[in-house]
Amino acid sequence: MRSYAAQRAALAVLQLVVLSVLVFVLTSLLPGDAADMRFTETLTPDQVARLREQLGLDQPAVERFIHWLGDVLRGDLGTSLISGGPVLDIVKASVGATVVLTLATLAVVVPLAVALGILMGTRENGRLDRAVTSVTLALSAIPDFVIAVVLIALFSLKLGWLPATWVGGDLLANPVLLVLPVAVLLGRTVCLLSRQVRAGTINALHAEYVVQARRLGVPRWRLLLRHVLPNAAVPGVQELARTGDTLLGGVLVVEAIFAIPGFATALVDGVETRDLPVVQGLTLVLAVAALVINLGADLVCNRLVPRTELLR
Amino acid sequence: MSEALNRRGFLGLAGGLGLAAMTGCGSGGGTDQAAAQPQQGGRLRAVYAGGGAKEVLDPHVQSLFVDIARHKAMYEKLVELGPDLKPVPRLAEKWEPDAQAATWRFTLREATFHDGHTLTAEDVLYSLARMADPAAPERVAQSSLATVDLRRCRAIDKRTVELTLTAPNAEFPALLAGIGTQIVRDGFKDPTKPVGTGPFTFVSFEAGRSMVAKRYADYWDGAARIEELHLLSADAEARANAVQGGQAEYANDMTATFARTAEAGRTVKIVAAKGSTTQAFVMKVDQPPFDNPDVRMAFKLLADRQRLVDVVLAGRGEVGNDLFGKGYQYYPADLPQRERDLDEAKALLKKAGVLNKELEIFTSDASAGFVEAATLLAEQAGEAGLKLKVTTGSSQTYAKDLLTKGAIGSHRSGAMPIPQYITDRLLSKSPFNVTHWRRPAFDAAFAAAQVLTDETARAAKYGELQRSLRDEGGILAWGHPDFMVAVSAKLQGVEAVPPNTLDSARFDKVWLA
Repeated sequence: MRSYAAQRAALAVLQLVVLSVLVFVLTSLLPGDAADMRFTETLTPDQVARLREQLGLDQPAVERFIHWLGDVLRGDLGTSLISGGPVLDIVKASVGATVVLTLATLAVVVPLAVALGILMGTRENGRLDRAVTSVTLALSAIPDFVIAVVLIALFSLKLGWLPATWVGGDLLANPVLLVLPVAVLLGRTVCLLSRQVRAGTINALHAEYVVQARRLGVPRWRLLLRHVLPNAAVPGVQELARTGDTLLGGVLVVEAIFAIPGFATALVDGVETRDLPVVQGLTLVLAVAALVINLGADLVCNRLVPRTELLR
Repeated sequence: MSEALNRRGFLGLAGGLGLAAMTGCGSGGGTDQAAAQPQQGGRLRAVYAGGGAKEVLDPHVQSLFVDIARHKAMYEKLVELGPDLKPVPRLAEKWEPDAQAATWRFTLREATFHDGHTLTAEDVLYSLARMADPAAPERVAQSSLATVDLRRCRAIDKRTVELTLTAPNAEFPALLAGIGTQIVRDGFKDPTKPVGTGPFTFVSFEAGRSMVAKRYADYWDGAARIEELHLLSADAEARANAVQGGQAEYANDMTATFARTAEAGRTVKIVAAKGSTTQAFVMKVDQPPFDNPDVRMAFKLLADRQRLVDVVLAGRGEVGNDLFGKGYQYYPADLPQRERDLDEAKALLKKAGVLNKELEIFTSDASAGFVEAATLLAEQAGEAGLKLKVTTGSSQTYAKDLLTKGAIGSHRSGAMPIPQYITDRLLSKSPFNVTHWRRPAFDAAFAAAQVLTDETARAAKYGELQRSLRDEGGILAWGHPDFMVAVSAKLQGVEAVPPNTLDSARFDKVWLA
């Protein structure tokens, strides 16, 4: 178990290095640099040239990358080319909203998907199973922004029940701000996750040992909780880790539509203004989070059903 | 003192009544009476297009509407621009040039900074030096105020400052009203602690999100009616939702599409400044085929301006006459409107030998309507026997790319005084000369006009120059879009004025009913 974790961690560090090189190269390939982005017919070409020099953008790309890497190894994410402040401040300021949004979504998604999945699995191909499957599949097929526009039009602009944007809102004073964004994010994740739990439940129900336990007269609730759920949870936990990616895509759209000052918004801003240190810093944090989540999921699965390790 | 306050109160009330009478036609009957009475207090939330980390507190570094609004709340300039872009006094009570328009004497108003300090000539000199600091290239007024000779500027007394220019310029007061020209306190070092003379004092700021400010009770022009001002940042969609959903009372820079939906409802009013910006196609006069004046004229004749305005601007704008600044000071309003003449256009194109050739028009979605307008122009050019292919470039670098790329491209300009537009875009050395209009004779005539201290004589000279531009230049100004803001039914006193003028973003004059 310990060597497995160490191996995975080493791989993760390698992935981070490759990723940061890739992000740096890709962002450098975009047209224009951070100085050009200030050229909005308010700064003259001469001012832009002086600014470029001041920001060190006239240095070769490799040199700038090595400089950045050195900073990161010392635990410093560098300075924003646009605001002039530490990148860490931008990361800190933007991470909160996204974490709250993601956790709130998961808090709804996980119980809902597990309950739906077990319900569907125990009634395989029954009427309820087919109904829930159709609805969740249909919901997951609609793009997030369409769901968002419809929900805003109905619940905010028409009925006036819920706020339409986070503009000027304070989450602590007004948690109801979360309702619509979370509702938008639910669709796809609930669908994917509940289907995995359903498949796991069905598999477990058909397994030899469950059939045997049932023959021995183990009560149904005990059977489900003690024997079916742990096995059904394995694909569920792996899917949950993957849900991170799906969620992130959704969060990007949701943050834009509801004007939520989160991670995605900061990342898009960073790319648009060619603020390379900010883009690098945000991707790094995001990558670390993704790696930790996936590593965590693998370790949990490993723990739940140790035989998966042997199968690798 | 109390007499002055009373008089100001009366004027404010009278102004409010006048405004209500002007705008009163649209909304339902009963509320108008109450709306006419300016109310005290409340919190105003205004939403602007955000700039993320690009948003700044430093008043000398700005380029976004949201920055300009933020700085206007806390700081002031010596001079501002009126609704026709003519300079009007602000912190400078009056000014007097010498006979050559090279040395200017400004008399300062009695105003106090938020820290209690009274405005002096030293503050003005310090501010100008701060704007010009070459070590800070992002201070925007550097090129417009480059002719201020800082070493020869001096304080005559506490309330009089003498500014000397290296090149005479009768338009100098307008330059002091440009963006990034706010007056700060002598010795001002830390932009994160804003201290100005403006109507609001600083509370908090988060780039890309919000700024909160409070009413400044000792404001020289009469304290604001609202108690608290929130300036928020959001894109067009979220601005529309916020003002419709009651999360904001003011949304800046709204689209024609939104205006149509908003006007169908009851919660939001559209305040439109008629034709206050410019949309144009720009032809590079040194590149084939536009180095031939006949081709430039042919394009001006083949454009169906009314259709462009109807389709691209959804009718919310006025047709252009190939000149910047319709309705502004110095605009030659007596010129006849250029009409479409397809036959003449064809004849000119044939004469120039470009009929049935394919050309490229360079555009991008950097600005609303660019691509649509280019596509429509291509269609109209087709009717004149010309193939125009639409090429779309990167929106983020478009302003820079247009200087070098595309023989014909899309161009827009916000509101600024006409002489400033010419200085920035139509002189041989202009930094943003998108038409490559470089004519030494034009430069010389403009320089000669700019030093005339007699306004009528100057206006006449500017008029002549603009006439020649309209016929020979590379600008096909087809339309002047309205500048639209959305206000909730509760908000009163918002004026329909072009952006970048005194009464735009004027939150010290509005009130919540």
